[in-house]
Amino acid sequence: MANLNLVQAINLALIQEMEKDERVLILGEDVGVNGGVFRVTEGLHARFGARRVVDTPLAESGIIGTSIGLAMAGLRPIPEIQFDGFLGPAYDQICSHAARMRTRTRGAFTVPLTIRVPVGGGIHAPELHSDSPEAIYSHQPGIKVVMPSSPYDAKGLLISAIRDPDPVIFFEPKRVYRAFREEVPEDEYTIPIGKARVVCEGTELTVVSWGASVLQCMQSIEKSSRSIELIDLRTIFPMDLEAIETSVKKTGRCVVVHEAPRTGGMGAEVAAQIMERCFLYLEAPVQRVTGFDTIMPYYKLELNYMPDASRITGAIEDLFAF
Amino acid sequence: MMLIREFELRCMQAYQDKKIGGFCHVYIGQEAVAVGTIAATEAKDPIVTAYRDHGHALARGMDPKHCMAEMFGRIGGCAKGKGGSMHMFDRANNLFGGHGIVGAQIPLGVGLAFATKYEDEVINGGKSNRVTLAFLGDGAMNQGSVHEAMNLAGLFDLPVIIICENNGYSMGTSISRGTTMGHKIVSKAAGYGMEGVEVDGMDVVETYGAMKQLVDRVRETSRPIFVDMKCYRFKGHSMSDPRKYRTREEEEHYEQGDPILVLKTQLESRGFTDDQFKGIQRDVRAEVRGAVEWAEASPIPPTSDLYRDVYREKWGPYTGSSDPEMLGGAEKPCDSPAIDPKADLL
Repeated sequence: MANLNLVQAINLALIQEMEKDERVLILGEDVGVNGGVFRVTEGLHARFGARRVVDTPLAESGIIGTSIGLAMAGLRPIPEIQFDGFLGPAYDQICSHAARMRTRTRGAFTVPLTIRVPVGGGIHAPELHSDSPEAIYSHQPGIKVVMPSSPYDAKGLLISAIRDPDPVIFFEPKRVYRAFREEVPEDEYTIPIGKARVVCEGTELTVVSWGASVLQCMQSIEKSSRSIELIDLRTIFPMDLEAIETSVKKTGRCVVVHEAPRTGGMGAEVAAQIMERCFLYLEAPVQRVTGFDTIMPYYKLELNYMPDASRITGAIEDLFAF
Repeated sequence: MMLIREFELRCMQAYQDKKIGGFCHVYIGQEAVAVGTIAATEAKDPIVTAYRDHGHALARGMDPKHCMAEMFGRIGGCAKGKGGSMHMFDRANNLFGGHGIVGAQIPLGVGLAFATKYEDEVINGGKSNRVTLAFLGDGAMNQGSVHEAMNLAGLFDLPVIIICENNGYSMGTSISRGTTMGHKIVSKAAGYGMEGVEVDGMDVVETYGAMKQLVDRVRETSRPIFVDMKCYRFKGHSMSDPRKYRTREEEEHYEQGDPILVLKTQLESRGFTDDQFKGIQRDVRAEVRGAVEWAEASPIPPTSDLYRDVYREKWGPYTGSSDPEMLGGAEKPCDSPAIDPKADLL
C-alpha cells in the first residue's frame, strides 16, 4: 500500500497498464517531456520513451481522431485533453466516430479508447478550464463517462477504462487532484464501470453525487445530525440505477449534487429515474444542488457557483421540513 | 470499373424505387480512382474513405451482395443493415469505413498509419511495411480536422497517402469558389512537409502506374504523400441534386473522357474486342442483378436489434422502455465477438 493523491494514483495506473500491455500508449499536448499540465503523466516519457508517450500538436480533433484510428487498429490509446473546455474541438470525433463505430459496423470495429480529461472548477482557473461537461457526453450512447472522487477509485476505474472494449471519457476532478491522500494498493485492481459506491450508509435521506462535489457532500453530512446515505456514482453513464433505487426506497428522500449547470444536468436524469422507480416511496420531492445556468464565473466567484456544504445542508433541511 | 458502374446504376434505380433510404452518393465517373489506387495496395494496407464509398468497398473486394444489402438496410449487409450507404466497413479486407462527416476520416487514417507503424516497429521490432490510403473529396480540403491530421502525418513521419478525389465540386460549390489555391491544391501539402503529387484519375492505367510508385515509396520511406487525384463525378452530389451549378456542356465534355471508355480504347489497340466488352457487361449485370435480388430477400433487422452493439456488454432499455419487443431484445446477450488482444491487431 502507498499513501497517494489522485494524481499519483492515476500515474501509477498508467505505468502498470503500460508495463503490462505494449498496445497501450499515451498521447496529448505536453504529456511527454513536461509530464502534462497537471503532471499526471510525469516520468512516463523517460520510462517508456517518445514512441509510447507522444507529445502532439495543440489539435484536439486531430488527437482524438488519430486515437480513434489507433484504437480501431487494435491498440489502446490514452489521449489526454488538457482541460474540460478543450473537449469541444474533439466533440465531432468523439460523438460522430468513437461512440458510433460499434453500432455502425455491427461489432466488426470497436474503439477501445480512454480519453483522460481534467474536469471542473475550484482551482482558480477561468471558464473553459473549469467546466463540467459530463451530461453532454452522457447523452451520447456508445460512450461511457467515468468520474472518480478518490485516489483508490481513480486507479481501479482507470485500469477498467483502459481495458474496456468501448470508448470511455475519464474525467479527473482537478479540485481533488492533490486535495488528499489515501491508501492505494500497489498491486493492480479494477473497479467495475457502472457501479456506484456507498460512501456512508444512512436511513433518512440519500445524497447522490460524483466528482469533487462528493467531498462537499461529505462535509455537509459530517455536520448533520440526520442519518444520511451518500452515493458516489463514480460512473456517470451508464448510471448505477439499482444503487440509487435501493437507497431511495430505503430513505424516501434524495438530494442530487453536481457542479455542472442545473438544466439538463445529470441531476435531472437522477430525479426522473427516481420518479419512475421510487415515486410511492418518496416523502418529499427530489432536490438538486448544482452549478447555475451560467458560464462558470471567473475565479473570484467560482466558490459561489459550485455547490458547497452549506447549500447542500440547506437542501437537506428543506427536505426534512417538507 | 464496370462492376462499380453497373452497381451504381442499379443503386440509383433502387433509390428512385424507394428501396434504398438513408441517402445515396454514387461513384459514377470516378471508378478509375478507387480501382487504380486500391490495385496498387496490398490487402494488409488499411483504407479509409468518406461517404461516396461503394466503389472503394467493391474495389477492395467486398461482395456486391453485402454492399447492396447494407444500402437496403437488411441483415445481409456488411454491417447487418446498421450502417447504410455511407458506412461501408470490411474488416477482412482492411476497409476502415466510409464516414459521413466531411474530412473527419482523415485523422482516423493518420491514426491507422500510426498504428501500423507502431505495431511493426515498437511491438514487433521490425520495419514499418504497411501503407494506409486515406481518401477525401476536394470539399473536405476546407475542414479543420484534415489540416490537423496532415500536420500530424508530416510531423510523425506516418506511412499514409492522403488522396484528394478532386472532382471539382464540394456538393454544389466549385473548387475555385470554395478553396484557396483551388487550381493547385498540392501546394497545401508543402506546408505540412509532405510531397504533393497530381495524378490523372480518369485513366485507370495512369492512376495505377502513378499510385504503384507512390505506394512502394511510402512503404520504403514511411513518409506521407498528398495526392491531388483529378477526376469528375458524372452524376449529382447525391440523388436529389439538380446540378444547377454546372452546365450540360461541361458534363458532356467530361463524359467524353469516361474512364471505362478510355480503358476500352486502350485495350482495343491490344486486340480487345467489342464482344469481349459486351461479355463483361453481361457478367456484371447478372452479378449486380443477383446482388439486388439477394438484398431484397435478406430480412430487415428486428426492433430488438436496436440495443445490440451499442456497448460490448448486454445493453437494454436504460430509460425504461415498455416496448416488449425491445425488452426482449435487451434480454438477449450481445453477440459481438470477444476481443482477443493479439488477434485484434491489424
